Amino acid sequence: MKPTNINNPEYFHQVVDCQYACPSHTPVPEYIRLIAAGKFTEAYMVNWDSNVFPGVLGRTCDRPCEPACRRGRVEEEPVAICRLKRVAADNKEDVKQYMPQGLFAPNGKKIALVGGGPASLTVARDLAPLGYEIHLFDEQPAGGGFMRSQIPSFRLPETVLNEEVGYILNLGIHTHFNHYVRSLKELLQSDYDAVFVGSGAPRGRDLLELPGRNEGDANIHIGINWLASVAFEHTKKIGKRVLVLGGGNTAMDCCRTARRLGGESVKVLVRSPFEEMKASPWEKEDAIHEDIPIIDNHVPKSFVVKEGQLIGMTFEKVKAEYVDNKRKLVPTGEPEVFYEVDDVLIAIGQENSFPWIERDLGIEFDKWNMPLVNETTYCSTNEKVFFGGDAAFGPKNVITAVAQGHQAAISIHLYCSEMNLKTDRPAPFVNLHNMKMGIHEWGYDNNVVTDQRYVVPQASKTETLRDRKKEVELGFDVMEGFKEAQRCLNCDVQTVFTESKCIECDACVDICPTSCITFTTNEENESDIRNKLKVPATNLSQPLYISDTLPTKRIMVKDENVCLHCSLCAERCPTAAWDMKQFYYNVTKAMGMKNEVIG
Amino acid sequence: MTYIRPAFRHPQLPLNKLGLPVSYYEGALSTLCAGCGHDSISAGIIQACWELNIQPHHVAKLSGIGCSSKTPTYFLSNSHGFNSVHGRMPSVATGAYLANRDLLYIGVSGDGDSASIGMGQFAHVIRRNVNMVYVVMNNGCYGLTKGQDSATADIGSISKSGSVNQFQGIDLASLAIELGATFVAQSFSGDKDQLVPLIKAAIKHPGFALINVVSPCVTFNNNPGSTKSYQFVREHHAMTSKMDYVPEMKTISTSYHEGNNQEIELHDGSTIQLHKLSPDWNPEDRVSAILALKQAAAKQEVLTGLLFIEPETKALHQILGTTESPLNTLTESSLCPGNKELLELNKSWR
Ligand SMILES: Cc1cc2nc3c(=O)[nH]c(=O)nc-3n(C[C@H](O)[C@H](O)[C@H](O)COP(=O)(O)OP(=O)(O)OC[C@H]3O[C@@H](n4cnc5c(N)ncnc54)[C@H](O)[C@@H]3O)c2cc1C
Ligand SMILES: Cc1ncc(C[n+]2csc(CCOP(=O)(O)OP(=O)(O)O)c2C)c(N)n1
Ligand code: SF4
Ligand code: SF4
Ligand code: SF4
Ligand SMILES: [Mg+2]
Repeated sequence: MKPTNINNPEYFHQVVDCQYACPSHTPVPEYIRLIAAGKFTEAYMVNWDSNVFPGVLGRTCDRPCEPACRRGRVEEEPVAICRLKRVAADNKEDVKQYMPQGLFAPNGKKIALVGGGPASLTVARDLAPLGYEIHLFDEQPAGGGFMRSQIPSFRLPETVLNEEVGYILNLGIHTHFNHYVRSLKELLQSDYDAVFVGSGAPRGRDLLELPGRNEGDANIHIGINWLASVAFEHTKKIGKRVLVLGGGNTAMDCCRTARRLGGESVKVLVRSPFEEMKASPWEKEDAIHEDIPIIDNHVPKSFVVKEGQLIGMTFEKVKAEYVDNKRKLVPTGEPEVFYEVDDVLIAIGQENSFPWIERDLGIEFDKWNMPLVNETTYCSTNEKVFFGGDAAFGPKNVITAVAQGHQAAISIHLYCSEMNLKTDRPAPFVNLHNMKMGIHEWGYDNNVVTDQRYVVPQASKTETLRDRKKEVELGFDVMEGFKEAQRCLNCDVQTVFTESKCIECDACVDICPTSCITFTTNEENESDIRNKLKVPATNLSQPLYISDTLPTKRIMVKDENVCLHCSLCAERCPTAAWDMKQFYYNVTKAMGMKNEVIG
Repeated sequence: MTYIRPAFRHPQLPLNKLGLPVSYYEGALSTLCAGCGHDSISAGIIQACWELNIQPHHVAKLSGIGCSSKTPTYFLSNSHGFNSVHGRMPSVATGAYLANRDLLYIGVSGDGDSASIGMGQFAHVIRRNVNMVYVVMNNGCYGLTKGQDSATADIGSISKSGSVNQFQGIDLASLAIELGATFVAQSFSGDKDQLVPLIKAAIKHPGFALINVVSPCVTFNNNPGSTKSYQFVREHHAMTSKMDYVPEMKTISTSYHEGNNQEIELHDGSTIQLHKLSPDWNPEDRVSAILALKQAAAKQEVLTGLLFIEPETKALHQILGTTESPLNTLTESSLCPGNKELLELNKSWR
């Protein structure tokens, strides 16, 4: 095997598991350290730069970082990364002064954004400081997209959303609310230099083919429409007995909202087995905590209507069978079950729909009626039209919409600067700097605590069920935040090995608490090396760090899998062949690019 | 902070036959200098005891004074231990062994502790064939007192301060063979592949077993011109043999070529598999072992590996014919047979 090329920033990038898994590659350990140090404003700004909505995401993010977190491989639970973000947002001081300050000298280019969700807002934030004139259109009365219309206030208070949407709109964005864009052609014919489509996936799936669907219509609601109607205060009540169909996060928000609008007996019925539901484990826990049973393996069969009134639903019981890793839901043969009901909420998924995009604009659509969008540039087959967020590749989540917004903004800026969208894309900003402060001292706290994950305190159930807007989670206080932050292993502080200094004394091998380091002979194949390590490296998703050949003809191999970044190897190394260096990796945003547009 | 060791271990650490992970055999966090050879030897002892499925509470660790003698704190925390005065570990070991023959005795000493102040004790513990493993962590200097030349420093070896050693070094391995030791080996702290099987074989040997391990003092004796530095030993390393320790039961499959192979059976049925690298050396012949050492020394080589073994040996308890039960378990009823027996005995002398 060849030695690992640590000069390629992607190597150390993947060692920082959380940051690597985060769609917008937020420098997580950096902000966690800032939180531990009580520097909440700085921690907030590290987040704001990367993910634009720290307060929103600190409460609602899908947190792909947490299943990736190294801590979860060393003990039971990952670091509560998401809720630490909220600690920064809750305790920050004035952050506005650190944000770009308008007015910005116009660069003469004009951009239209369709939709006011996180994707469009990110594009707006990244481009506005460069002097673009930005026009944002949304059919809703205020910005935020689904963050406003779908995510319920008991999870995301309106004040938090307003604050963070406000930071962006105050950069001088021209907003056109209550304005549905009916024709892309019209937009393209006006004087916009580029159009960004961030219109989301706004259509909820229905169960039109089920018997009784039409007759019971008055009490059957599409989940996302119903949630929007609650959010904008058109709907204020629901029946006592409610069935929610579906197992994703919409279903979870629907059932919990129904409990707050008068639903006394609210049940979730889902086709798949409980473990395979799309909703995150914590969302299911929260629903169950609010006395909402989740009944799995039930396929809806009919709406039962009596004298024009919906009275119940029937379901077929199924069980999951797996053939070639594919799941099939097979009827168990038991008789159909009947549930009485006053209102039904259908939350079985969303679709994209682009009725307002004419099909003769050079934008190609595939057989599923989705636009062809480049996965790097987010450009459609019309060079002036860019997509991002749920509109680009189907429904995902806020952080993905933000990440795609950043990339689309870069493309729009390159396009307006007449540069190549692929070859001129900016590299990430990277830096590797020494953490050594003394013999036993580093520029970070390398003591690995054994604390278990702290639980976020919640307001009492009686209180939160009474008031739809009362936030359920109270968030960590500063002390809890500090303790949770101390659980972070600082995976961005990298172990860096210098072959020429190594005297092969074995000190690092002997001290490493998690047996990461082995000196052994080289092999052709990685799998042969993996098998002969001190503890065989069976986690193939984690890289091996391989040195060049040493004087004894052996190589140093470090399995990155469960390295605690504790620095003991570096402290025990008599020649400083091991060193701890902080690796800083930040995706470049349009905001930080040179402004080469000539107005 | 090397004074705090994280509590986490690799979640997939293998278990030995006792169901214990190697971490159960660890000791306190070492306070020796970063890169000290002694720490590697401690790790070798940990590895050997884990692999041999030894119950740590069946082990007693004994030592004198010196950095080397501090190491018992850094391995096998769940064992018994006695940190004695300088050079006096052998007497304490002898006493402990006499009192309780059932424990495994691991003595750790330094070249200063054994070859200077403890020279007399070293000779007598060998002569008495106390059943123990005696590890000398040999760095050619007094590490703990800041690196003065020790009695094992080679003549001509240059110290960190630049002075040349004028005195003849004591060769502990030759001396032990001379004094009648029945297991003598030599190794290098930087070669665990060799060291661990040697420690295992020494543990299984039923009499006194010496392992003299060259163990560089990175702080005071790892300079150019030193004959106990990492670099010097790596460059002047000559092996008597490649060696495997094969526990009983396990079918033997050496990967070595035919020819110079030799199999030595130990008293418990386990074997030492040797692939000899020097053809005229015979590990069961004292003269040939001493010759091999002298020849290596003449070439400025550090000869490592098993040097001499006499698998059938009578340890001190066998020589004295003591009872199988550890003496410390004998109660008054077995020690004092009573008046009737006494009268019988007295009668027989009348
Ligand atoms: C119930 C529910 C709960 C969710 N909870 C979470 C969560 O907790 N965490 C998370 O990360 N994600 C969550 N999501 C997903 C998340 O909301 C979306 O993935 C994200 O908002 C997508 O952002 P976007 O910018 O692509 O579009 P959206 O946020 O969907 O915004 C699109 C906007 O465009 C407007 N629009 C559409 N067409 C037009 C047009 N022609 N003219 C004018 N305006 C138009 C829409 O009204 C909408 O306001 C949830 C989704 C749902 C349905
Ligand atoms: C009776 C007595 N004399 C002298 C000393 C001082 N002293 C402490 S350690 C040491 C030498 C240790 O050398 P060695 O056994 O080689 O151990 P190392 O530190 O090199 O591992 C000496 C002379 C002492 N502690 N006690
Ligand atoms: S331990 Fe900290 S740095 Fe490492 S993956 Fe988890 S949150 Fe990220
Ligand atoms: S930092 Fe070094 S000693 Fe600590 S776990 Fe990682 S490799 Fe092992
Ligand atoms: S002084 Fe020498 S022998 Fe003592 S701990 Fe330091 S390196 Fe080891
Ligand atoms: Mg010494």
